[in-house]
Amino acid sequence: MRDVAVIGIGMTKFGELWTMSIRDIFVQAALDAIQDAKVDHIDSMYVGTMSSGLFVGQEHIGAVMADYLGMTPIPTSRVESACASGGVAFRQAYLEVASGHSDFVLAGGVEKMTDGADVTESLATAADQEYEVYQGVTFPGLYAMIANAHMHEYGTTGEQLAHVSVKNHKNGSKNPNAQFRSQVTLEQVMKSTLVADPLRLLDCSPVSDGAACVILCPLEMAKKVTNKPVKVIASAQASDTIALHSRDSFTTLNSVKHAAAKAYKQSSLTPEKIQFAEVHDCFSIAEIVVTEDLGFFEKGKGGAAAETGLTSFEGKIPINTSGGLKSKGHPVGATGIAQIIEVYEQLTNQAGERQIKNAKIGMAQNMGGSGASCLIHILEAV
Amino acid sequence: MISPRYFREIPQRYRLEAGKCKKCGALFFPPRIVCSKCKSKEFETVKLQDEGKILTYTIIRVGPDKFSKETPYAVGIVQLVDGVKLTTQIVDTDLEKIKIGSKVKLVFRKIQDEGKWGLHCYGYKAVLI
Ligand SMILES: [Zn+2]
Repeated sequence: MRDVAVIGIGMTKFGELWTMSIRDIFVQAALDAIQDAKVDHIDSMYVGTMSSGLFVGQEHIGAVMADYLGMTPIPTSRVESACASGGVAFRQAYLEVASGHSDFVLAGGVEKMTDGADVTESLATAADQEYEVYQGVTFPGLYAMIANAHMHEYGTTGEQLAHVSVKNHKNGSKNPNAQFRSQVTLEQVMKSTLVADPLRLLDCSPVSDGAACVILCPLEMAKKVTNKPVKVIASAQASDTIALHSRDSFTTLNSVKHAAAKAYKQSSLTPEKIQFAEVHDCFSIAEIVVTEDLGFFEKGKGGAAAETGLTSFEGKIPINTSGGLKSKGHPVGATGIAQIIEVYEQLTNQAGERQIKNAKIGMAQNMGGSGASCLIHILEAV
Repeated sequence: MISPRYFREIPQRYRLEAGKCKKCGALFFPPRIVCSKCKSKEFETVKLQDEGKILTYTIIRVGPDKFSKETPYAVGIVQLVDGVKLTTQIVDTDLEKIKIGSKVKLVFRKIQDEGKWGLHCYGYKAVLI
């Protein structure tokens, strides 16, 4: 297997992009990534999208995008793993380059969620249709049940959940691509409308449009194209039961634990060596549980970590410097790639106001459903 | 989104029938073809007991369109006395009375109406006992 590097990035602003279609936003991000990488061609591409069929009625999105990008006849595939679709696209591209099969591969993600579908119902297709959704469960509902269990087991509080949102909005206010650049106060979060107890509106990531793309190539070639390649030092994926109720614990995400164990092994790193991470904060409780399952904090201490600022920009391990899904936005298929882009920008000193000093090693953790899929990538500046 | 005929033809949902692995004894609801504990493919059908307790729950206040008339409503994960866990609505109660640990019993109810003809779909819901 060859070493693989990321050499270029491109993303649209995340938010309500009313004047652009799903193909427009993807093509824009892809062109930006190709230009940023300064490559004259790509050999292949992967498009991560969760539900273009339900959201905009268009499947076969891999071919649509290659066509409108002017890249036919390159091989192109749409990959899907719910909200982890972008992460899977990145991993497939990584594997294709690492195997020696292709040199320059584009990994992208896209979703257009604001065009009129019943978003709650469409997103719920990532849960167990026959035994969860049939009973009226929504995605906020599933994470709310995780939150209630976490509160019951570990004494996590609504205020601790709110701290995650306050922090992520603060970070997002410094991200020009973020959907919400407004900060929120603890009081605003705590007083926002209940969506599924105990989760409130400001505990939830928004409905967003957006696309994000990166270009990968062998590390050896990367050094000729750019003086700032970023090496992929771990790519791991794991799964868990589709239904939350089938798990032994509702407060531990086994897919995250398994993917993390593989990623740490591949990179010969321990959680202490990760300087910063983009994690899947689709709901505030998700960030708390994930930061525990990644080994950054002891089980049950994730809430306290958020409350005491350990995950803030100035803290022990900055989490979601981009603003996370909460403030940057969550166009589901694009999220996994946007996380990689934040890590890349940090490692190449392009994060502007959000720049972490001496950033050398960062992680992106992307999750699908109530944790039935998890992708973890660790990147290193070289 | 899913054909009501499909739901009607899932007998285990109405009769609370689980698959019990003949090799390791693991109990699965719904029944499975492969045991995810020991990989055996040999099962016997057993009827689940209808009593259990709430392990976690939430009150859905923003629901999908098809449940809009019932919103807010409670859903929870219930562990039956046999050990099987399932997701179910918790009904016939003031929402404030629901707690983690509350004892419940499953009852047979209409769950939702399907499609433009409004065909009824049935299944289990939980009531506090
Ligand atoms: Zn078995």
